[in-house]
Amino acid sequence: MNQPILAASGLSLGFDGRTVVRGLDLALDRGSVTTVIGPNGCGKSTLLKGLCRLLKPQQGRVLLEGRDIAAFPQRELALRMAVLPQTPLAPSGLTVTELVTRGRHPRQKWYQQFSVGDEAAVAAALEATDITDLSEVALEDLSGGQRQRAWISMSLAQESDLLLLDEPTTYLDLAHQVEVLELVRRLNRELGRTVVMVLHDISLAARYSDRIVAMKDGVIMAQGAPSEVVTPELLWEVFGLRAQVVTEPTEGRPHVIPLGQESVASSV
Amino acid sequence: MSTAVLPATRHPEARRRRPGQGFLLAGIALAAALLLSVMIGGLETSPADLWHAVFTPDGSVADVAVRELRWPRTLNGLAVGACLGVAGCLTQAHTRNPIADPGLLGIYSGAALAVVAGSLLGGAVLEAAPAQAVLAFLGALAASALVFTVGSASRHGVTTVTLVLAGAAVTALAGGLVSAIVLSNDAALDTLRFWQLGSIAVRGGMLLSILPFILVGLALAALNIGSLNALALGEETAASLGVDVRRSRTLGVAAVAVLAACAVTLAGPIAFAGLLVPHMTRWLVGLDYRWQVPVSAVLGAAVLLIADTAGRVVARPGELPVGVLLAVLGGPFFIYLARRKKLVTL
Amino acid sequence: MRGWVLRIGQASFVLRPRALLVGGCAVLVLLLAVLAHLMFAGRPLAFGEVLTGLSGGPGAPSRLILQVQDFRLPRTVAGAVAGACLAVSGALTQNVARNPLATPEILGVTAGASLGAVAVLVLAGGGAGGLSGAAAAVGLPLAAGLGALLFGGGVFLLAVKRGSDVLDSNRMVLVGLGATAVATSMVTWLLTLGDVTNAGQALTWMSGSLNGKDWDTVSPVTVVALPLLLISAFVARWLLLGSFDDNTARSLGLPLRWTRPLLLLLAVLLAAVGTVLAGPVAFVALVCPLAARQVTGTVVAPLGVTALLGACFVVVADLVAGFVLPQALPVGVLTTVLGAPVLIALVLRSQRRTS
Repeated sequence: MNQPILAASGLSLGFDGRTVVRGLDLALDRGSVTTVIGPNGCGKSTLLKGLCRLLKPQQGRVLLEGRDIAAFPQRELALRMAVLPQTPLAPSGLTVTELVTRGRHPRQKWYQQFSVGDEAAVAAALEATDITDLSEVALEDLSGGQRQRAWISMSLAQESDLLLLDEPTTYLDLAHQVEVLELVRRLNRELGRTVVMVLHDISLAARYSDRIVAMKDGVIMAQGAPSEVVTPELLWEVFGLRAQVVTEPTEGRPHVIPLGQESVASSV
Repeated sequence: MSTAVLPATRHPEARRRRPGQGFLLAGIALAAALLLSVMIGGLETSPADLWHAVFTPDGSVADVAVRELRWPRTLNGLAVGACLGVAGCLTQAHTRNPIADPGLLGIYSGAALAVVAGSLLGGAVLEAAPAQAVLAFLGALAASALVFTVGSASRHGVTTVTLVLAGAAVTALAGGLVSAIVLSNDAALDTLRFWQLGSIAVRGGMLLSILPFILVGLALAALNIGSLNALALGEETAASLGVDVRRSRTLGVAAVAVLAACAVTLAGPIAFAGLLVPHMTRWLVGLDYRWQVPVSAVLGAAVLLIADTAGRVVARPGELPVGVLLAVLGGPFFIYLARRKKLVTL
Repeated sequence: MRGWVLRIGQASFVLRPRALLVGGCAVLVLLLAVLAHLMFAGRPLAFGEVLTGLSGGPGAPSRLILQVQDFRLPRTVAGAVAGACLAVSGALTQNVARNPLATPEILGVTAGASLGAVAVLVLAGGGAGGLSGAAAAVGLPLAAGLGALLFGGGVFLLAVKRGSDVLDSNRMVLVGLGATAVATSMVTWLLTLGDVTNAGQALTWMSGSLNGKDWDTVSPVTVVALPLLLISAFVARWLLLGSFDDNTARSLGLPLRWTRPLLLLLAVLLAAVGTVLAGPVAFVALVCPLAARQVTGTVVAPLGVTALLGACFVVVADLVAGFVLPQALPVGVLTTVLGAPVLIALVLRSQRRTS
C-alpha cells in the first residue's frame, strides 16, 4: 500500500490569533527522510508541531496512516511518533538513563514498569548516540552537545515508526552533527523509520534527505529531491541568499556555497 | 549608564503599546481620582463647594471637610499609592517574578512585629498613632536590612534566590513571633488587628515627617531605572552590557525597602497594591522600565485613591477599608489580566 | 537505573531501596510520634496506660478510655491526617505550578477556608463566650470547608476553562493570587468587626490549630481524606513526566489536557480537607515535599513518603507547641519556626548541588 504514512491536507496552523501556516498540503512516504528548510519564522517548527498534534489545526487536518490524527489517544500517538521539540526541559537531577527511560513511557503500565524489552531498548538507544559512558551523569552536568544526544536517545528509545526532530543538531559541533545525521540515515535504511526533520544547514539537509520541503511565510515554495529543490534560484527566492550550488563529490548531492557581497561565482 | 534595551516579550508580535498613551491614561486616571477623593465623603459636597473651599475658604462645614479632612487624606493616599506602586514595580523587576510584592523583604512582618512589641512593652503610650507609625517604620527597615544582610551572606552575594529565601525566613520568623505575642496578650492583639487593616486616613500627621524619606526612596528608584531594562535580559547579559549587577540590586532593594517602609508607616500594610499595580502598569505601557517606574507611581496613587473613595461611597456614612476594596475590585481585574492570551513574562 | 527491578513473568516493578528505607523509617517515626502525642498531650500517661486506653479491654478504667480515645486520639488523628493531606497537596501543587516553592495557598484554598472560619467565629461568635458546642463542632469546619471549596474551585475553573490546550501554570498561579487577595482582605476586615476574644479565636484558627478537635469533626473529614490520599497514590506516576516541558510530556504520551486539571483538583481538595481539620498550618505543604525529595534522592516528591513526613511534622509540632512549651501555642506557630530554617537549608542544599 502506498498510502503516505503522514499527510497534511489544507492545514492551517497558528497561535494567539495569528495564522503561521496556511492551507498546506504535504504527503510523507513511509520510509523516507524529509527535511523542512526555510528562513526564520517561516513556520517550519509550527508545521512540525502541527504534524504531531502539539498544535491543533485552525483549518484542515493531519492524517496518520490514513486516520485523522485528532482521533488518536495520546498514548497511541506516542507509540507511533517520537517527537523531539526544540527546547525540551527536564526536571533537575535527572540522569541520562532516567531521561532515556522516559522514552519507554508509552509502553509502560503500572505493573510493567521496566520490562526486559525496555531495558534493551534503552541500552540500544544509549549506544546509538554514543553516550553509554555518560549514562549515570545528571543532565545539567553535560555539555550542550551531550545533552542534545541524550534527548535524541530518548526519542530513539520510543522505537516508533515515525521520528520528528525539530532542529536536532543545534548545539552540536560538526563531527557530532554528522554523527547524528548518519544515525538518522541508519535508522531509516536499516530499520525503515520515517524521519521528518527541521534543519538549518541546507547542505547537510541536502546530503541526508530523500526529500526537501522549502517553506516561506507559511507556504511550501518547493518540494522534491534535493537536487531539484536546492538551486540558486530557490535560495534567492526563499532565503534571500545569493549562493552558488555545486555538486559535492561524495554522494553527488547539492552543496551550497554562499556568495557574500564581494565574491563572484566561480565556474567550477 | 547602560543603553536602555527593550526586553523581549515572549511573543514576538506582542502588540507594541504606545507608552505615551498609557502614561496619559494613567495621568487622567490620577486626576479623576484626586478629584473624586476630595469631593466624596460623608458630607455631600458639590463642585461649587469644592471651588469655594479651595479659593475662598471661610470656615464653613464643607470647607473644613475638604481642607482639613479630605485633602490631607488624599495627599496621604497619593504618597502611599505612589510608594507602593514603585516599590512593587521594582520588586517584580529585580526578582523577575510577576507574583512578587514588596512584602517579600519582610517589610510587613517587621512592621507588625515592631507595632505589636511596642504595644506589649510600652502599653498605651506606644499604641498611639504617631508612635505606631515610627515603630512601623523602624520595624520595616530593620526587617529589610536583615533580609538583605542574610541574603548577601552567600558566596555569590545577593541574588534573586537568596533574597527571596532570606525574605521568606525573616517573614516567617517575624510572623511567628507576632502570632506568639498576640495570642498571649489581648491588648497586643487588639492593636494588631486594627493596625493591619490599613487605611490612608491621616493618623498622627506623619506625612511631612516622612516626606524626605519618600523623596529619597523615589530618587533611589529613579537611579535604578537605567539598569533595569538590561537586567531583564538576565544577569550575564546585563553584565556584558556594562551593568554593575550587584550595585543595581542593592540600589533596588534599598529603594523598595525605603518606599515600602514609608507606605507602611503612613497607612499600615496594604499588601495587594504592590502586587496589582505593576501588572496594570505593564498592561498600559509595556515592559520598558523607563515608563514602568513613573507610571507605577501615578497608577498606584490613582488606584489607591479610587479604592479608598469607593470604600467611602459604598458604606456611607461609614467606610470600608481601602485594603478590602482594593482586593475586591482589583482581585477580579488581576484575574482578568491573568486570563488574557498574551501573558508577558519578565 | 536507580534501583532494582523485580520481574515476575511479564510484570516488572522498579524498587528504589533508598525510598523504601526512608519510607520504613518514616512509618516508624510516625508511630513513635503518635504514641508520644497520646502520652503527653495533657497529663502525662504511661506507655502502658495509653495502650490500655486504646485497646479498651475489660479491665480498663472507663475514664482512661475516655481520656485516650475521646480526648486525645481525635487530636492526634486530626494532626496526622491534616499533615498528610497538606503535604501531598503541596507536592501536587508544586508539580502543577511547575515551581518548587509553590504552596496550596496560592490556589486560594487556604484563604477561602480562613474566610469561612473567621466569618463564623466573628459573626456568630457572640460575646465573650465565643463559639460553643454544636456551632463550633459543625458550623466552623463546615464554613471553612465551604470557603475552601468555593475559592479553590473558583480558581480551578478560572484557570482551567481557558480554551487553550493545556492548563497554563503561570496563569493558574496568578488567578490563585487574585482570589487569595480578595479573601485575605476580607478576613483582615472581619477581624476588626468582632470583639478581641473573637479575633483571638479567629487568629488562633488561622495559625493552624488542633485545639478542641473531637470525633464529630474529625471522623467525617478523615473519611473524605483517605480516599483522596489513595487516589493520589495512583496519580503519582504522572508527576515525573508532568515536570518536563509540556511538548515533551505530551509527545511521550501523557495526556496533559486532563491529567493536569485532575492533579489540580486533587490538590485543591486535599488542601481543603487539611485546612478544615487543622486550619492553615504553615510550611507543611512547602517543606515536606522538598524534604521527601532530598532524603529519598528522587527527582519528584515521592507521595507516600511526603504524606508520612507531613503527618510526623504536624503531630510532633503539635506536641511541642501545645504541651511542651511554657505557653501553649497553636501548632502553626511551631511549624513556621521549625519550617523556615529547614526550608532554607533544603533550598540552599539543592542550589549547591546544581551550581
